[in-house]
Amino acid sequence: MIQENLLAWLTRSIQFGTVIMYGSLGEILTEKSGNLNLGVPGIMYLGAFAGFASVFTYEKNHPNPSAVVCVLLGMVFAFLAAALGGLIYSFLTITLRANQNVTGLALTTFGTGVANFMCTFMFPGVYAKAGFANAAFKTKIPFLSDRLGIVGQIFFSYDLLVYLAIVTAILMHLYISKTRSGLNLRAVGENPATADAAGVNVTRHKYLATVIGAGVSGMGGLYYVVTYNDGIWATTDEIAALGWLAVALVIFTTWRPLNAIWGAYLFGTLYWLYNFLPKLLGATNTERTASLYQMLPYLVTIVVLVAVSLRRRRESQPPASLGLPYFREDR
Amino acid sequence: MAEKAKTDTGRKPDAIRLEGISKSFGTIQANRNVSMSIRRGEILSVLGENGSGKTTLMNIMSGIYFPDEGRIFVDGEEVTIASPKDAFSLGIGMIHQHFKLVDVFTAAENIVLGLPPEESGEGKRLDMKAVSKRIRQICDRYGFDIEPDQKVYEMTVSQKQTLEIVKVLYRGADILILDEPTAVLTPQETEKLFGVMREMKKDGCAVVIITHKLHEVLEISDRVVILRKGEYIGDIATSDADELTLTEMMVGKKVALDIERPEPVGRKLRLAVKHLTVIGPEGLPTLKDATFDVYGGEILGVAGISGCGQKELLEAIAGLQIPAEGSSVTFYPSSGGADSELVGLTPRQIKELGIHLSFVPEDRLGMGLVGSMGMTENMMLKSYEKGKSFFTDTQAPKKLAEDVKEDLAVVTPSVSTPVRRLSGGNVQKVLVGREIAAAPEVLMTAYAVRGLDIGTSYQIYRLLNEQKKKGVAVLYVGEDLDVLIDLCDRILVLCAGQITGLVNGREATKEGIGLLMTKLNSHDDNSRGDGGKEG
Repeated sequence: MIQENLLAWLTRSIQFGTVIMYGSLGEILTEKSGNLNLGVPGIMYLGAFAGFASVFTYEKNHPNPSAVVCVLLGMVFAFLAAALGGLIYSFLTITLRANQNVTGLALTTFGTGVANFMCTFMFPGVYAKAGFANAAFKTKIPFLSDRLGIVGQIFFSYDLLVYLAIVTAILMHLYISKTRSGLNLRAVGENPATADAAGVNVTRHKYLATVIGAGVSGMGGLYYVVTYNDGIWATTDEIAALGWLAVALVIFTTWRPLNAIWGAYLFGTLYWLYNFLPKLLGATNTERTASLYQMLPYLVTIVVLVAVSLRRRRESQPPASLGLPYFREDR
Repeated sequence: MAEKAKTDTGRKPDAIRLEGISKSFGTIQANRNVSMSIRRGEILSVLGENGSGKTTLMNIMSGIYFPDEGRIFVDGEEVTIASPKDAFSLGIGMIHQHFKLVDVFTAAENIVLGLPPEESGEGKRLDMKAVSKRIRQICDRYGFDIEPDQKVYEMTVSQKQTLEIVKVLYRGADILILDEPTAVLTPQETEKLFGVMREMKKDGCAVVIITHKLHEVLEISDRVVILRKGEYIGDIATSDADELTLTEMMVGKKVALDIERPEPVGRKLRLAVKHLTVIGPEGLPTLKDATFDVYGGEILGVAGISGCGQKELLEAIAGLQIPAEGSSVTFYPSSGGADSELVGLTPRQIKELGIHLSFVPEDRLGMGLVGSMGMTENMMLKSYEKGKSFFTDTQAPKKLAEDVKEDLAVVTPSVSTPVRRLSGGNVQKVLVGREIAAAPEVLMTAYAVRGLDIGTSYQIYRLLNEQKKKGVAVLYVGEDLDVLIDLCDRILVLCAGQITGLVNGREATKEGIGLLMTKLNSHDDNSRGDGGKEG
């Protein structure tokens, strides 16, 4: 009973963590270029919508859907739609030099609005479920997940996107800290004038990081609908809520992709505490205490912020020019 | 075209040759038709006052700015330098006055930043060990002291500068441009830097140093190019130059401006500044032991290359900067009441005594006025705390705004038009008008006519003279020596945070002040009298 509960808690935490891990990995990449994109919730919403719409349409119109095609389709569309959101943001803030905060917040409203509007055409009625896609996305690793007993259950019983998130985090870490291009990107986020003087193409790095970052964030939205929410297009308001949590997670990680892995799972564990802790303790749960528990990830973020500010380690600070526009001939 | 780019000696083409370079920013012309050349195996000084366009010209060569007009030849070939990358590939490296370094990066990371793999000399992969090795080689050759793995934020200013030099050498630059490199260095560090520059010259590099310090020009360079107000004035071999000729070329001939200068009446001690010292954010004094008096009924000018402590001086008097221990500013009110010590008072208390700072920095709207507010609201910024009612009194400020508009002929559609939409001169008038309206005892202005046309400038001078006649003590920080000499009764000269002279405006010469501006205390004992005795 206890073991069952703990395992269920772990699974839920990891699924929840995967949603926000994608969200914050994308935002870390974006912020490394000095762009503070507060449109993450909207971008994740766009990704969720486009990914869900594509798999939903595919399985409804195809008599014999293929799981591989379904997964690829969902991922490609989620990525593209979210990247488009990032492109809008980039054009406004980099090319037109609009205020980053305002643009990001507008993108959040815009993303949810556009997606909700399109929903009324794509899935009329109140209940849309992509059952096949849900099953396809939930496919576990064969063999490893059911042969190794408890070890298999803890480490290998998840779906592709969970592992892909971890791989993305590791790749992003290697890119940012070990490659030449990653070094240039960090320089752009820290001090664009210096990067420019050193011959780094500031505009290109900002655009690419923001657009690809948005695409990665969008995968979180996709994962929310097809797996976390069992392939049902409902309670989508929570995508935006998780989007903000992803932004908080960026601060929590102190802009390090590897920290996003355990940070996301920690947030998931804390978020789902309300459901499992009382069960484990044999206590009853009320709505009031549930809300209190769900505050924990935010409280932890505040604690991290305070701790980081107190320690004043230069490496733990946000990119120095985060949120600032750059124009070479400004005097 | 290559023919034309040859030097007079005809042996080797110049490292860089500029022809007819012009560049303007908005309405400000930073460079006008500049032609000059840079040669290999030579240290060239580019000398000029602030705003003479030295840095802009060098930024054009290093690809930061693109010229509006003119042509650039490198080794006799006409080139287009559209970006810093182009400059690197031509072997041009610039060491900026404000370091272009990423603080959280290590020295090695800063050096390799932006380098394409084939040019960084360590293969496609980013191999920091190979980078560090090459950095050590360069350091050994020139005797630099740089640890490749050290973070920039842990470095001293001098180390950062060394890093900048290593950075351009790593890129294989053989034309080095140093923008005021000694401004941040101690004398010992400067000596070391000069040693490095001589090494590079021996290696056949072309070295350019931008400076306004005459003794450095004479010590280090082989040839001097002088710029004034964006124009090329001429070049001279250092061996043929002395401080006086250089100063004359730098500041130019005295131009008669015909500014009114009434004789001071009822001149009375208003401020006694004693041992005023301000410590800058880097822990070094930005203003050192300034002692002087300010009198009511006269205009005291403050001359100096910008950034030599003028801002600190005004702000310390106004209470915006905390002076170091031992500083004292005593205020003697014109009413003859008790004198008071200003050090330790809050800016508001000082303002209430009648000491008004109308500080006009480069960015007029940054300090003093709120750009998106109209004239009325900007007047209110100084009076909002008056009155006891819950609602602010808008009538009085509105009246004041109308008066200022009328008196100073401010061109604006209405007093509620946001001041940011006004032209620079009109913004300035609003700012000065507001401070004057408060009936000050001491009026401090900095660069009050920067960027203004002649007519508006004269209006500002007239306003200041009116205040002087009323018995106000006026402190006028200026940059145009002609104006200072014609307008001010006495002129205080600052150099690197120290007072190097206090001269009588009626007897001062441009050369005398120019020399004081570029000379440090160490050897100015005989030059103090140059511009006339203290008034």
